Amino acid sequence: MAKYMLIMRGTDESLAKMMDTPFEEMLEVVGRFNEELIRAGVLVAAEGLDDPSQGVVVDYSSETPVVTDGPYGETKELFGGFYIIEVASKEEAVEWAKRMPAINGSKCEIRRVPGIDEFPQDNEWVVRERAWRERTGQL
Amino acid sequence: MPAGTGGPPSAEPARRAVEAVWRIESARIVGALARYTGDFALAEDVAQEAVAEALVSWSRDGEPANPVGWLLTTARRRAVDSFRRRAALDERYAMVAGQLAEGEAVSGGLAPAARSDDLPWDPDRIDDDILALMFVACHPVLSAEARVALTLRAVGGLSSEEIARAFLVPVPTIQARITRAKKTLAAARVAFELPPAAERRGRLSDVLSVLYVIFTEGSTATSGDDLLRPDLAYEAIRLGRTLAALLPDEPEAHGLLALCELTAARFAARTGPDGEAVLLEDQDRRRWDRSAIRRGVAAIGRAASLGHGLGPYGLQAAIAACHASAPSVAETDWERIVLLYEALGRVAPSPVVELNRAVAVAMAAGPREALAIVDDLVAAGRLSGSHLLPSVRGELLSRLGRTSEARAELELAARLCRNVRERSVLLRKAAALA
Repeated sequence: MAKYMLIMRGTDESLAKMMDTPFEEMLEVVGRFNEELIRAGVLVAAEGLDDPSQGVVVDYSSETPVVTDGPYGETKELFGGFYIIEVASKEEAVEWAKRMPAINGSKCEIRRVPGIDEFPQDNEWVVRERAWRERTGQL
Repeated sequence: MPAGTGGPPSAEPARRAVEAVWRIESARIVGALARYTGDFALAEDVAQEAVAEALVSWSRDGEPANPVGWLLTTARRRAVDSFRRRAALDERYAMVAGQLAEGEAVSGGLAPAARSDDLPWDPDRIDDDILALMFVACHPVLSAEARVALTLRAVGGLSSEEIARAFLVPVPTIQARITRAKKTLAAARVAFELPPAAERRGRLSDVLSVLYVIFTEGSTATSGDDLLRPDLAYEAIRLGRTLAALLPDEPEAHGLLALCELTAARFAARTGPDGEAVLLEDQDRRRWDRSAIRRGVAAIGRAASLGHGLGPYGLQAAIAACHASAPSVAETDWERIVLLYEALGRVAPSPVVELNRAVAVAMAAGPREALAIVDDLVAAGRLSGSHLLPSVRGELLSRLGRTSEARAELELAARLCRNVRERSVLLRKAAALA
């Protein structure tokens, strides 16, 4: 078993289409998909992000970080939210991603999420992070 | 589904894709086919045929745009062929053939259509189909082994090879078990439907016990070199989550899920670097999976909130939760655990529960009181073939300073124990008393 993150990437166009969809309809469509993940026993976590125009970008290209409002200026793909699912294989993660009610033009990136067990267990910072995970139930 | 060994290089990605789709969709596909044909055995057969065809076709032509539709259409065609072979051109045939065009229904015809409106399933019936599938796969006319194999294959979407690997038996053994199970269901004329209300509670407990058998085989492998087979335990948890979601008002569905989650939470700490067993008292509790504990405790909460009290699985989960929330063995609420074992002994009396109660009593009150319970079990001749009784008795005698008796008991326990890893722990303990 391994955890995979399904990373939703929208574009300006797909975001606009999403805004045009009645909210109730979107809740229903996304809700049905979420329910499938829950019933299949594979859903670990899921979050969606707020409107990118409300976001802030910190750019490290210069010597000191430059802070600008709003989303990345020239980036075509915007990170819109994620699912974490626990499944038997990358192929299964892909199959779930294919079932996602995605808006035309958007993309989903699938990445494995390594567990804390895969890091050196004698490293002080890993030990501290493990303690935090233990306290907060995030292992 | 067959492992793609020895095939061309392109067979491997296709096999993985088929496997992934099948894990997600097998229950819905077999369930829908069983409802439409009214014949579970036929549904399972044609579904497996469709999977076998997918392995060939997808590695040649790539994965279709609608893999589920492809599998379903292919399986329906095989069902139509089968009805034709039997010359059973009755109403069911007409229903299965449905909108399939005459030429299209013949095997080896055009590529299966992948239209979503071609799916013979009604979204509102899916839940009932999957539940019916679980109830049929765990039907009381089947042997315990057959129920396990059929549930993993038809509901869990595992291949015979995967099931055989998980249970360390040859593939033909699993295949024979499944074939025989399907024949038995047909001979007993078991209908593909939800059990009538009067039988429902009893039949549910059959389903729960099959899931628990799968889980325990994964969490305490009864034979072989490995102490744990976590993937098998995970299959039981996955099926348990599905069952709890389908039957949210059944406290024991949540109770079983809670028990599995809480037990699985300790997996990482239960084996040492060389795969050896680590006892509860020696486990590094920081390695317990806190998310799994949280999920388990939440599931107990759901079971309790239904207001009928906890059943046997819920009570065992509550005991596991006592351990999960304790910082150490010494700081565990052993008195609460004794109470829970007493309750468990009343709703589900068994010598194993008595033995566990004795262990809790030893921690809460002392070894002398516990030994009295264990000696009663010995006197009653209960658990005589199991290594558990002498291993607990040996432990208690050791704590009472009766060293040579303790050693003899632990050595007896080691002789009776079938798990290599557990046996070495018992022998180590016995040797330490020499």
